[in-house]
Amino acid sequence: MFKKRDVAIISAATAKCGERWESGIKDLVWEAGVKALDDAGISGKDVEYMVVGNMSGGMFVGQEHIGALVADFLGLNPIPSLRVEAACASGGIAFSQGYMAVASGLYDIVAVGGVEKMTDVDTDQATSVLSGAMDFEWEAYFGATFPGLYALMATRYLHDFNVRREILAKVAVKNHYHGSLNPLAHFRNRITEEEALTAPMVAYPLRKYDCSPISDGAAAAILAPLEIAKKYTDTPILVEACVPATDTLSLLKRRDICTVDATVNAARKAFQLSGRERRDIDVMEVHDCFTIAELLAIEDMGFCKKGEAGKLYEEGQTYADGSLPVNTDGGLKAAGHPVGATGVKQISELVKQLRGQAEKGRQVSGAEVGLAHNVGGSGATAVVTILSRRS
Amino acid sequence: MKVGIVGYGAYVPKWRIGAEAIAEIWGQDADQIKSGLGVKEKSVPSLDEDTATIAVEAARNAIRRAKGIKLGEIGAIYVGSESHPYAVKPTAVTVAEAVGLTPHVTAADTEFACKAGTAGIQACLGLVRGGYMKYGMAIGADTSQSAPGDALEYTAAAGGAAYIIGAKEILAEVEGTHSYTQDVPDFWRREGSAFPRHAGRFTGEPAYFEHVLKCSESLMEELGTKAEDYDYAVFHMPNGKFPLKAASILGFDVKKVLPGLVVQRIGNTYSGSSMLGLAAVLDQAKEGDRIFMTSYGSGAGSDSFSFVVTDLLRERAELAPPVEYYIQRGSRVPYSVYAKYKKLYRSG
Amino acid sequence: MSTSAAPAHWRRMRERYRLTGSKCETCGRTYFPSTRVCPNCRRKGKVVPIEFSGRGKVYSYTVIHSAPKMMSQFTPYAVALVQLDEGPKVLSQVVDCDPDKLEIGMEVEACFRKLFEQDEGGIISYGFKFRPLDDSWRKYYRK
Repeated sequence: MFKKRDVAIISAATAKCGERWESGIKDLVWEAGVKALDDAGISGKDVEYMVVGNMSGGMFVGQEHIGALVADFLGLNPIPSLRVEAACASGGIAFSQGYMAVASGLYDIVAVGGVEKMTDVDTDQATSVLSGAMDFEWEAYFGATFPGLYALMATRYLHDFNVRREILAKVAVKNHYHGSLNPLAHFRNRITEEEALTAPMVAYPLRKYDCSPISDGAAAAILAPLEIAKKYTDTPILVEACVPATDTLSLLKRRDICTVDATVNAARKAFQLSGRERRDIDVMEVHDCFTIAELLAIEDMGFCKKGEAGKLYEEGQTYADGSLPVNTDGGLKAAGHPVGATGVKQISELVKQLRGQAEKGRQVSGAEVGLAHNVGGSGATAVVTILSRRS
Repeated sequence: MKVGIVGYGAYVPKWRIGAEAIAEIWGQDADQIKSGLGVKEKSVPSLDEDTATIAVEAARNAIRRAKGIKLGEIGAIYVGSESHPYAVKPTAVTVAEAVGLTPHVTAADTEFACKAGTAGIQACLGLVRGGYMKYGMAIGADTSQSAPGDALEYTAAAGGAAYIIGAKEILAEVEGTHSYTQDVPDFWRREGSAFPRHAGRFTGEPAYFEHVLKCSESLMEELGTKAEDYDYAVFHMPNGKFPLKAASILGFDVKKVLPGLVVQRIGNTYSGSSMLGLAAVLDQAKEGDRIFMTSYGSGAGSDSFSFVVTDLLRERAELAPPVEYYIQRGSRVPYSVYAKYKKLYRSG
Repeated sequence: MSTSAAPAHWRRMRERYRLTGSKCETCGRTYFPSTRVCPNCRRKGKVVPIEFSGRGKVYSYTVIHSAPKMMSQFTPYAVALVQLDEGPKVLSQVVDCDPDKLEIGMEVEACFRKLFEQDEGGIISYGFKFRPLDDSWRKYYRK
């Protein structure tokens, strides 16, 4: 009977997110990849297998074959290296595949990367490329934009659960606050609730600060079997569970547009596999592509009842010093959303938090268990990962 | 074999622009223009409306009134317009696909300025009466071009009407039709030109009136009818004055013309003009009423028709919105929005 | 959106023009978009095409202010999830309506409109949109 091995993260790193004019894909993967290898004290020769998350190198920079590209430019040939894609969940899916490679026993040292270079094309084209994450034929074709889909969720949510519009603004304010303390974040500015509520409208009711930006970025994590992790780090981070799930591609086919069933299913299985309770989670990285998404995710993962996540924000509980810290790096909104990299960037932030290495003001005191939640499209893919510190 | 209208439908877009808004831009006297043209506002298509979308809405209404008709038995579809969305690729195929007539159907677009639609009616009469098919559909629909600052800008409007011609369950029988055509350069638009040009006052007597009057007189002579025999008269409406003048010369009482005189409140819908006027009349005509109609297309020519209403019209008319509904739901936009909807702005 | 994909425009044309989907004659459920297999009955289901009535209610809505180039001339425009009377939801725009007047539960009916043009010389794509349901026209015949 085959028994899967325990897997640990031995190092993780994130490249600075933002408009990285001087850096292309090759430069971004170098920045994150080399740091991850150095932190683990390994050289390229030690890596046996690599999975890279990237949504659309082809449409952003005319570059496919990203797996081979990363292996080449990190000096990792001839190892197997492939790209996986699940729109904005590409990074989370890449992590899940890397995890499976080690858990299966086929590989020991596995590298997981995520990279997206979005700013070579103009905003208009970037938005067009991102619309590939929805159902092109029945959503994009009819005039839906990506913010538009989440706006449809927001309109219904605010209506059904009688939630104040200000709650969405509080999500943005909190994430910008955390981002201001994170040197690697895309946006370092703090914003006020007033600014969030009066910013230009993107897709009613979502305004500029409700929407994550177009960013360049990369992140990397190195995985190893737990039993040998101590050779590489004093603080291995155990992967207690990493569970992907899917739901309908289009919003119109969903059972309930205010619930991302993919998140519900992934989270339920992740908590079941890890044996953890919701209250065990000390810090979370949640997919806030739009402010509404952060609220729905907290509810869908079972931290509170549907419609009630707003209470946490009224009370400031999701700040780093609160009872349920969410997106301590600034989330997608402020830290940035280089699409294919985001899922790995979230893992990297959790590793930092669980090792007590985050900047003051955004470090969650005594964090031991973390959760990452990464979503693709309007909820067609979700990946929930639970990590814990092993000293 | 009796043939006639077995279904009819109209559509006019919701937006309007008043003469005042146009006059203000060009520094003209709105009151003088309104009284001179007999038009107070005109219909404007939304940015996402065009001749094809207007034609589809009108066609769907016509099918509703031809209750029980088997779509597969409509063997022809003709769409007449001066603003076909494509120069090559007929509006008719889009309409045919949208209302469910494909694939065993003949289709083509027609052009003859404002009488392109009535030419289609005549083609359908021939095909049905000749026994080639059970039903044919003819549509006149337009979004109507006019150069900014030109007098046409006050009247060139958007709208359309669809007619299904057949020999069974007739709502209004066609007693006869006559056409009168000559080469007259009164109003034209060259391929590739955005706006039409016209020859000013030359468009009156030698163009509109010559053809409308001669054609009408010829049909009545052929049928042995006189103006007094008719309960309604519809003429092409380039403005609110010409049709009244033509009616008066031919001996039609003004009361018979007013029900169809939609131009006063929605403008001149070019290929849709007389066909919308006819639809407005059918919305109220009773069994036994006789209707006279003469269209006019610049270039130039007229098609005249004589209709007799049957006992089926009243119950079928109620199955789709009347022209009056489309007229009344109008909502005004300022010139800036009008210019955006009509794509008068040039960018890049 | 790819610019010269004529086959892609044509492939779903009939469904876009006539708002068609599928109905499973075995269990009675209707689906949009069309499906070859009934998700409920699987292989036991007999699936046939259905043309929806076009009537429905607004399930949720948004107003798009920022859109890609092909759609930017239309902004701001309303997009809604409409729950058709027959059950399935569809996504499209709401027209002939002030965006400020949109409401969840508003009754709408399908209409035929232009979706977009590839570019100035390109294919024009048409399909269904929705407008507020207005049966007031019936009163004109009551006189």
